[in-house]
Amino acid sequence: MTVTEGVQTEQRWRLGDPVTAGNTPPGPIEDAWDTRRFELKLVNPANRRKHTVIVVGTGLAGGAAAASLGEMGYNVKAFCYQDSPRRAHSIAAQGGINAAKNYRNDGDSIYRLFYDTVKGGDFRARERNVYRLAQLSVEIIDQCVAQGVPFAREYGGLLDNRSFGGAQVSRTFYARGQTGQQLLLGAYSALERQINAGTVEMNTRHEMLDLIVIDGRARGIVVRDMISGAIETHMADAVVLGTGGYGNVFFLSTNAKGCNTTAIWRSHRKGALFGNPCFTQIHPTCIPVSGDHQSKLTLMSESLRNDGRVWVPLKRDDNRAPDQIPEAERDYYLERRYPAFGNLVPRDVASRASKQVCDEGRGVGPGGLGVYLDFADSINRLGEHVIRERYDNLFEMYERITGENPYTQPMRIYPAVHYTMGGLWVDYNLQSSIPGLFVIGEANFSDHGANRLGASALMQGLADGYFVLPSTVGDYLAQTPGNTADASHPAAVQAVSETNERIEKLLGAGGTRTVDSFHRELGKTMWDYCGMGRTEEGLRKALDRIPELRDEFWQSVRVLGSNESLNQSLEKAGRVADFFELAELMCVDALHRKESCGGHFREEYQTEEGEAERKDDEYSYVAAWEFGGVGAPPVLHKEPLTFDYVHPAQRSYK
Amino acid sequence: MKLTLHVWRQANANAPGQMKTYAADNVDEDMSFLEMLDVVNEELIGKGEDPIAFDHDCREGICGMCGLVINGVAHGPERATTTCQLHMRHFTDGQEVWIEPWRARAFPVLKDLVVDRSAFDNIIQAGGYISVNTGAAPDAHAVPVPKDAADTAFEAAACIGCGACVAACPNASAMLFTAAKITHLGLLPQGQPERKSRVIAMVDAMEQEGFGSCTNIGECSAACPKSISLDTIARMNGDLLGASLRASS
Repeated sequence: MTVTEGVQTEQRWRLGDPVTAGNTPPGPIEDAWDTRRFELKLVNPANRRKHTVIVVGTGLAGGAAAASLGEMGYNVKAFCYQDSPRRAHSIAAQGGINAAKNYRNDGDSIYRLFYDTVKGGDFRARERNVYRLAQLSVEIIDQCVAQGVPFAREYGGLLDNRSFGGAQVSRTFYARGQTGQQLLLGAYSALERQINAGTVEMNTRHEMLDLIVIDGRARGIVVRDMISGAIETHMADAVVLGTGGYGNVFFLSTNAKGCNTTAIWRSHRKGALFGNPCFTQIHPTCIPVSGDHQSKLTLMSESLRNDGRVWVPLKRDDNRAPDQIPEAERDYYLERRYPAFGNLVPRDVASRASKQVCDEGRGVGPGGLGVYLDFADSINRLGEHVIRERYDNLFEMYERITGENPYTQPMRIYPAVHYTMGGLWVDYNLQSSIPGLFVIGEANFSDHGANRLGASALMQGLADGYFVLPSTVGDYLAQTPGNTADASHPAAVQAVSETNERIEKLLGAGGTRTVDSFHRELGKTMWDYCGMGRTEEGLRKALDRIPELRDEFWQSVRVLGSNESLNQSLEKAGRVADFFELAELMCVDALHRKESCGGHFREEYQTEEGEAERKDDEYSYVAAWEFGGVGAPPVLHKEPLTFDYVHPAQRSYK
Repeated sequence: MKLTLHVWRQANANAPGQMKTYAADNVDEDMSFLEMLDVVNEELIGKGEDPIAFDHDCREGICGMCGLVINGVAHGPERATTTCQLHMRHFTDGQEVWIEPWRARAFPVLKDLVVDRSAFDNIIQAGGYISVNTGAAPDAHAVPVPKDAADTAFEAAACIGCGACVAACPNASAMLFTAAKITHLGLLPQGQPERKSRVIAMVDAMEQEGFGSCTNIGECSAACPKSISLDTIARMNGDLLGASLRASS
C-alpha cells in the first residue's frame, strides 16, 4: 500500500490509496458463492497432508475450521490460551443462532435474513458477504444437529424457534440459554475427533505473540508456552486467526477475562489492515456494575426481551420500589418509541434509548445506571412454569450475582460492551491484506457492518469456520509454493527476539502500578469517550490521554516474577500493552467517521428524534487502517461499499 | 467484611506446596469470590509478593475454567454454583477460608491453584463425539428427536468440564464427567451408531488417565455446578454392560 503524496487530511491520520481487492465475485448475488466455489483451485486429497495450516483460537470459528481442515486431510496445528479448546468464549453466548430455515412458515427466507442483516448493520457491510452468510445459515443447523447439539424441540420432535431483536420472524434456534456452549461443544467434539485421528496437533495454554511474515506471506507464528514460558516458533503454509474480538479494551465488558487483541494487533503491526475498529457493540441487557471491584460484566440474553418489558419511572429521581410504581407512572419507552418492534429493537437502538432515559435522571438502582426488565406481565399471561422453561438458567444467574429474585421483582439491566464488529480487514475469501493470513469469526470485520443483530455471531463464526475458510484456504495453498523456511529463517529469528525484548521490558519496568490499574484507567477513558456516545471533543481528549497513559505504563508498570514460569501478570501485561495501541486506533477511526451509524454514535450527528444520522455520500465505505507506527498516524485506505440489492435508508423500527 | 484466607501456594508442578495465610480486609458482599482474590492479588503485588495464580476466564459460570476447593468443598458452599459465580454475601465477617486446588492424581498442580485437566480432553478424544464430517449432514428435520430425549440429553450436555466431580470424589473418579457425555450422545438418534464403541472406548480412556473407581457416593453430583444427575452414571453402566456382553459374545 502506498500513501498518496501530499494528502494530509489531519495529523491524526493520513489518507492512502483505496482498497480495491475486496475480491467479490460478479454476477447475481444468489450465485456469487457458487461461482466462487467453482473458481477456487483445489488441493488433491492425497496432497493435503503435505500442507500445514496453523489455526489460532478454538472458539466457534477456529474450532470449526481446525476440525474441518483436519477432516479434509490437512496437517493442522491448533493453539489456544485456555487449558482446553472447549473453553473459548463462544461458550458464553446464550440466546441462539439465526438460520433462514423458515420452519415457522412466517415469511422467512435467505433473502430476508440477508436484508435484515444488511439493514441491522446500518448499511456498512459488504452485500455479497452477508448474502453468503444467510445462505450458509441453513447448512449450519443441519451440521450441528448431526453432531448431536441438543437444540430445543417441540413435542413433535422438530426444532423450536424464537424471535430476536431486529427481526419480525422467528428464526433463532436455541438450546435454553446455553446455545453457544452447545454449539461450541459440537465443534470441540469434532476437533477432538481429529486430534484423535492425528490430523490436528492441539497446543493448549499457548498464546500467540507474533506473526512471522516471509517474502510478504504469513508463514508462521511465535507463541509462548504459558506453563514453561518457552518462546516457540511454529511454521506453516498458511495461518488462520480465529481469536475473537477486542471488547476488553474497555476493561469492563461481557468478554471472558482472557479475551484480547494481541494476535490480530500483532498481525496488524506486520501489515494486516484493520477494518472499522470503532464499530463496537454495546449490549442493552447486562447486569449493572455493583462497585469498584467489578472485574467483568454479565450479559442477560437478548432473548429475554421476547417476554420482558423494559421500563423506567416517568418521573425523575423516583426512588420507590418497582411494585410501588403504578402502571400510569411507568414509561415503557421502547414500546412507546418503536411500536412495531417494541422491546425487540436492535441492540444499538435499545442501548442508546437506555442511556437517554438514565441521562434524564430516570434510571433505577444504585447510581441511577439501570432500567427495569420486567417479566410480571408474561408470568401472568403464560404462567411461571413457561418462563422458567425458557429462561430458568438466566434467572438463576441473575439471582446469584445480584441476590434479587427476578420472578418476583423486575431485573435491573444496563448496557455493556459486548462485541466488536470491527476486526482485521479480509476479502471475500476471508484473506487479510497479508497473503496466507486468514481471519475468521469475530476477529475479522466482515458481515455485521456497524451493528450486529442478535444470534448472528454464532452464525458467522460457524459459517466462516465450517464452510467458507476450508474452501478458500485450499485455493491459496493450491496456488502458492509451500513453506520451506524453518525457525532459523531471519524473519522468524527476528520475531522471536522482538518478543523476548518486549517480555524483558515488561518484567524490567520495575514500577509501582499494577497491570490491572492501568487497564481499568484505559477502559474508563474508552468508555467515557469512545463508548455509547462519542463527540469530537471527547475523542480528542482520549487521543491526548491514551499515549500519556501508554508511556506511563511502560515506565511504571510492576510485573513480578519471571518469564520462565506460569506468570499471569506477565500474560496480562502483554495484552494490555497491545490494547493501548489499539485504543488509539479506535479513537482515530471514531474521530474520522463524522456520521452516526449502528454502534458508532457521534452525538453531533443525530436526527431530531435522537436516532443515528448516517452520511452515505461521504462515509459509505469500510475504513481499512494501515499501521503507521506506535504513536504515529495510521494510514486510511477506503473500501467503497455498493448496495445493489438493499437500498440504504434511514433505519426505522417504528 | 474482613476474612482470613489460607491459600495453597506451590511454585510449580515439581515444587513442594504449603498453605499460606493472608488477610483480606476489604471484602464487599457484592464481590464474586474471584473478585475478592483479585483484590488480594493487587495488594500482594503492591507489597512485591507473587500474586496467587488461579484459573478463570468467562466469570459467568459457563467456561468451566475456574475451580477452587473452598473450605473443603469443590466450588464452595453454594449448590450448583461455580467458583466465579459464588458471591461474598455467603460469607461472614471474621470467617477463616481455606482455598485449595482440585486434588486428584489425574489433575497435577501446575502452580498454586492451577491444575492440569487435559485428562478430560483425552477422554473426549477416545469417543465423545458423533462421527460426521462437515458438509455430510442431512436436513435438520430429517430425524425428529422426542422432546423428552432432547431435554434429558441437554441436561447431560450442560456439563462444563470443570472437574469439580473429580475433586469432590473421595476416589477422584471421573465417572460423572464421562457418563454425562455418554448420556448426552446416547440419548439422541444421531448418537446410536457409535453408542457401544463409544462407551467402551471412553471408559477405557478414563481408566488409563488414572482416575479412581466409582463407589456410588454421590459427592460428584452434589458438587456439580450444573447439577448433572447420578442417573447418567447408571445409564453409562447399563450401556457398558450391554456393549461388553456383545463384544465378548
